[in-house]
Amino acid sequence: MSSATLPVALADATRDDASLRRFLHGLPGVDQVGVEQRAAGLGTRSIKKAAKLWAIDTAISMVDLTTLEGADTHGRVRGLAAKARRPDPERPDTPRVAAVCVYPDLAAIAVEALAGTGIGVASVATAFPSGRSSREVKLADVELAVRSGASEVDMVIDRGAFLEGRYGQVFDEIVAVKAACGDAHLKVILETGELVTYDNVRRASWLALLAGGDFIKTSTGKVSPAATLPVTHVMLQAVRDWYEMAGERRGVKPAGGIRNTKDAVKYLVAVHEVAGEEWLTPSLFRFGASSLLNDLLSQRRTQLEGHYTGPDYIAE
Amino acid sequence: MSMWEYAPAPESRDVANLKPAYRPFIGGEFAEGGGEPRKTVNPATEEVLAEVSTASRADVDTAVKAARKAYDRTWRKLPGSERAKYLFRIARLIQERARELAVLESLDNGKPIKESRDSDVPTAAAHFFYHAGWADKLDHAGLGPSPKPLGVAGQIIPWNFPLLMLAWKVAPALATGNTVVLKPAETTPLTALVFAEICQQAGLPPGVVNILPGAGDIGAELVNHPDVDKIAFTGSTEVGKQIQRAVAGTRKRLTLELGGKAANIVFDDAAIDQAVEGIVNGIFFNQGHVCCAGSRLLVQESVADELLAKLRARISTLRVGDPLDKNTDVGAVNSAEQLARITELADSGDVEGARRWTSPCPVPDRGFFFAPTVFSGVEQSMRIAREEIFGPVLSVLTFRTPDEAVAKANNTPYGLSAGIWTEKGSRILWTANKLRAGVVWANTFNRFDPAAPFGGYQESGFGREGGRTGLEAYLHV
Repeated sequence: MSSATLPVALADATRDDASLRRFLHGLPGVDQVGVEQRAAGLGTRSIKKAAKLWAIDTAISMVDLTTLEGADTHGRVRGLAAKARRPDPERPDTPRVAAVCVYPDLAAIAVEALAGTGIGVASVATAFPSGRSSREVKLADVELAVRSGASEVDMVIDRGAFLEGRYGQVFDEIVAVKAACGDAHLKVILETGELVTYDNVRRASWLALLAGGDFIKTSTGKVSPAATLPVTHVMLQAVRDWYEMAGERRGVKPAGGIRNTKDAVKYLVAVHEVAGEEWLTPSLFRFGASSLLNDLLSQRRTQLEGHYTGPDYIAE
Repeated sequence: MSMWEYAPAPESRDVANLKPAYRPFIGGEFAEGGGEPRKTVNPATEEVLAEVSTASRADVDTAVKAARKAYDRTWRKLPGSERAKYLFRIARLIQERARELAVLESLDNGKPIKESRDSDVPTAAAHFFYHAGWADKLDHAGLGPSPKPLGVAGQIIPWNFPLLMLAWKVAPALATGNTVVLKPAETTPLTALVFAEICQQAGLPPGVVNILPGAGDIGAELVNHPDVDKIAFTGSTEVGKQIQRAVAGTRKRLTLELGGKAANIVFDDAAIDQAVEGIVNGIFFNQGHVCCAGSRLLVQESVADELLAKLRARISTLRVGDPLDKNTDVGAVNSAEQLARITELADSGDVEGARRWTSPCPVPDRGFFFAPTVFSGVEQSMRIAREEIFGPVLSVLTFRTPDEAVAKANNTPYGLSAGIWTEKGSRILWTANKLRAGVVWANTFNRFDPAAPFGGYQESGFGREGGRTGLEAYLHV
């Protein structure tokens, strides 16, 4: 991500705790009824035929294929990597996914399994999913991920500090993690389900952007509600506004709860119409999902073959 | 594909059951009208949809007689609970035939199917349901111990919401025990005539509802008919004034819903993104063919540049085109005459020195279309700030203080609606109290509900439709 020099208004925002608070609380509010209506309205766009096939292929290329279980094993990660490389073995024209997302201790396995494919390895870090640990432990977590070869780091913010209004602390932590990431891309998980209000989502989005996050991500997938369309709308507005002010494009990643093609297409419509079509690329938009890919693959076959195929025809 | 082109998703026009010819509905029967037949056209393609037999002056008399007979012999005598049954039946039939009505409305009017399907038809059904509930409770409406119906109501409706305006007028009239003779607009008579079929299906006694397609002369005949007890008109201020003159000195009751030039006020603390949505909904809903459209945007100067930039970006995403395409946001202007009127008024904006911005969206070659347009640098004295354009044209003015916003908002001959956008509750109440408008929306726009009275001040007319207050317009109280 090119880092253009920030305009004065944005550079000043992070001068000290007080100016950061003033900046975040000076952002325009988000009207709950309005944003939910807009999200529902855009969700009714009718996407068919060529447009749907294009959306499916684009969505596949944006998937961060994820496994974040305590029971994850080397075998499971290798299986996931194989799936990422060839999502539909019978249809070699199927696009590859963007990345595989795992815990940091498994990042090395994923890196090895994906060597030479160009598929990214994303690793969650910073005491994922709660973020409840010391700064040292969180940074060590990031270092492990980076040392293992992860090209992307998904960090969680300290929601407790955010809700207490200690914005400076959250900011500093993101800056420190960003520094520890080196060349790896940083996705900042806001855990919007715990922030609750859309005003908070907007403030947290800006906080993450100011601190240098390359992506803002909705959720860990461990908290309900995870990604929702209205929350993603607010985050897309934030990156669009950031582009207007700072001249650089940052990404958005909804994660958790997006299970089928229909939902994924709704998100793409939002990307298209809220942020703009420049964001319709895996470098600026991702889906954090585990089960979405299979539905995308089965819908892709349906579009191409004109009839449904059973789940057993799609490799798990 | 470098850019995402949504594939067209047109609704099948076969659903509309379009017939080659439609006829007036008098005394429970469809009969050939004595007037000159008219062709009704699809404004999106300019093709002729159907031939419509129109009413003659003699037909108006026949219809009023039929309505009087139905009023005297059956309708007024029915208990409220019986009238309610018919209204509930009509409401359910509108729901059952919702898709047919929505497609027919979009064909005849040019409005996007998204709006006819999700807004017009469901709201029309809701009006019948709501008023059915009132039919047996009029004694308890707070309008006196036993309010009595007026008699025969002559109703004249416009072309912007053909079925919905019919519902606004017919439902309260029937619920309160009146019978009606309704004249739909000459360019959009089809859904009203399908509504006549619904009345037959519902077994409504003959003559309770009569529908006479025709032009202004038939409306005038209805207004002047000596045996009509009440006139309800929705349309232009100019025609409203003619009607008021004609009715003056008679015993006829009158309600008028006329034009508007609504102020949509955005304060600097508003939720900007949602305000942008509300502005878009306020002026581009139904191609701006809305009497309460938020056509005058008043923005606080401190956020004007930011808001306008966002507004233009948002408007650029509006899809203009085939009304039957489910992805269409803005459909066709209803007629060539209306398109000419919009074009003329917009041109006056250029001449008077406002800055025109037009959405870069593609616009179809055929049909009557006008791309969403925003004028900035508008001053109160300009025609585009004072006259109702009735099209997708927004005039943007600015203000410095809340007092100035209120002064500018009220500085109009109209007073139908207004919008306020602010995060501050106290400012909403302060502003709403000072605005002279029948409806004031806060942090939203163009929300309609059968329970909420709707009507205007000054040249926007008088009388209310909807809610408990709306019943009063059809009762001796």
